[in-house]
Amino acid sequence: MTIIDYISVILLVAGAFFFLAGTLGLLRFPDVYTRLHALTKADNLGLGLTVTGLILQLESWLVAGKLLLIWILILLAGASVAHLIAKGALRRKVRLWKQ
Amino acid sequence: METINLLIWSLDSLLGLSLLWLAWRALTTPDLFKAVVLFIAFGLLITLVWVRLDAPDVALAEAAIGAGLTGALLLSALARLDSTHSDPASVYSGKTRVNNESAGPESIHWWPFSLLVLVSSGLGFIILSMPVAFMGLSPEVSDQLANSGVENPVTAVLLNFRAYDTLLEMVVLLIALLGVWSLGGGVKHKEPFPGTVLDILTRLLTPVLILVSAYLLWVGAHAPGGAFQAGSVLGAAGVLLMLSGWQLQMNIPVLLIRLILLAGPFAFIAMAVITIMIEGQLLQFPVAQAGLLILLLETFATLSIGATLAALFLGGQTWKNDEESL
Amino acid sequence: MTTPILYALTGIGLFSLGLYSLIVQAHLLRKILAINIMGSGVFLVLIALAKRSGEIPDPVPHAMVITGIVVAVSATALALSMMLKLNMETHHAELPDDQQG
Repeated sequence: MTIIDYISVILLVAGAFFFLAGTLGLLRFPDVYTRLHALTKADNLGLGLTVTGLILQLESWLVAGKLLLIWILILLAGASVAHLIAKGALRRKVRLWKQ
Repeated sequence: METINLLIWSLDSLLGLSLLWLAWRALTTPDLFKAVVLFIAFGLLITLVWVRLDAPDVALAEAAIGAGLTGALLLSALARLDSTHSDPASVYSGKTRVNNESAGPESIHWWPFSLLVLVSSGLGFIILSMPVAFMGLSPEVSDQLANSGVENPVTAVLLNFRAYDTLLEMVVLLIALLGVWSLGGGVKHKEPFPGTVLDILTRLLTPVLILVSAYLLWVGAHAPGGAFQAGSVLGAAGVLLMLSGWQLQMNIPVLLIRLILLAGPFAFIAMAVITIMIEGQLLQFPVAQAGLLILLLETFATLSIGATLAALFLGGQTWKNDEESL
Repeated sequence: MTTPILYALTGIGLFSLGLYSLIVQAHLLRKILAINIMGSGVFLVLIALAKRSGEIPDPVPHAMVITGIVVAVSATALALSMMLKLNMETHHAELPDDQQG
């Protein structure tokens, strides 16, 4: 395994760790809004790290561009969907968790 | 390499067990909304399984249609389901409106259960007694792949070797849409203004979706992709537009919509008639023009599939001129 | 127990789960979910058995499954619209035999 492979593995493991952290937030946080917050932030970062780790393994810039495009689209969709879910929850008067 | 085998084996069993567990939870949870969401998650997990089983075309189709569009259909139906009741409970409260026979562990119904055990053990026995390595039709397909006009074997099978099945499938889509339309008269859903974020998202995403659909159509000849995946992305674009309140059905003339919906089946049928007259065999493409003919068929099929899927999502809601019949 | 056989058995498990739910549960939306899961089980069996052909899996079952997925979504759409029509007319979401009252 070359040095590039080692860096890839580290980035992929870091990405997986962030996904795990986001899922942990989904399971343990007290209400919808905090869960959305944890999930979108951690998942976007995790996906970015995963995509970077994969790009290091590629030989062609075209495929790297496609992977980056996928990351940007998921960023966009994730943020918008989180907003929509939060707005829907507010409209249904789901209460914010107060300490 | 014992550890690699063990790792792979544990990954596969983890995926398999999660599939079974998700399916069980989706079928027995008392809240219908939760059941639908779990079903969507199940669809995404099975997309992963398709990738694991070296089936990227199927994974693309499952992600777009199986998880995405079916989930949207189910959620839309769920929303319309409770709104026709006079029940004061809100849609996403804990319980479904009427009692269902969802069985907890304490009330397994014995007759269906024994039928089940019988069926599954019979099938399991058959599976276990099948040969471990079996060539199937791969050799024949690889031999004829050069004559088919494309390089992707799945596209070759779908649009050249088994083009008759695809013709019938286009007709099945059309018949399903006709069934949905003939049931008619859905609840008139007045879409409120979608809000800034969804509006901007739609404006940003729709051109991207159209581009991705064209890309999938083009690349299906030599890489995973093809007409069905491209058509479903177009259908998703249509669904997104409808969810943002664009009122597509009011802005596009009915005749144009009908023509687009019919374009797919008619292209296939016209191709079938032409090939019978020229080559003497149903849907036998001449080898030299096969690639071009397949691309032509796929283009019409993509437009048709996209329009049909979007129309299926819209449901029985009528188009312009409510009084005149469809 | 190779990978294909493992997934084929999972597919049969999914089919059985779906079949049990279809028979036992009364709510029509759950029946539709059950039919979809049965369909996914069948697809899993087909694709898993196609993987037995070695590095390049057999493309004919792949084509059949893609066809199957599209047919399943159209059947689901039709079934959902029939359920909504029944619901609009009778305000129940089950067939008359299964209603609790």
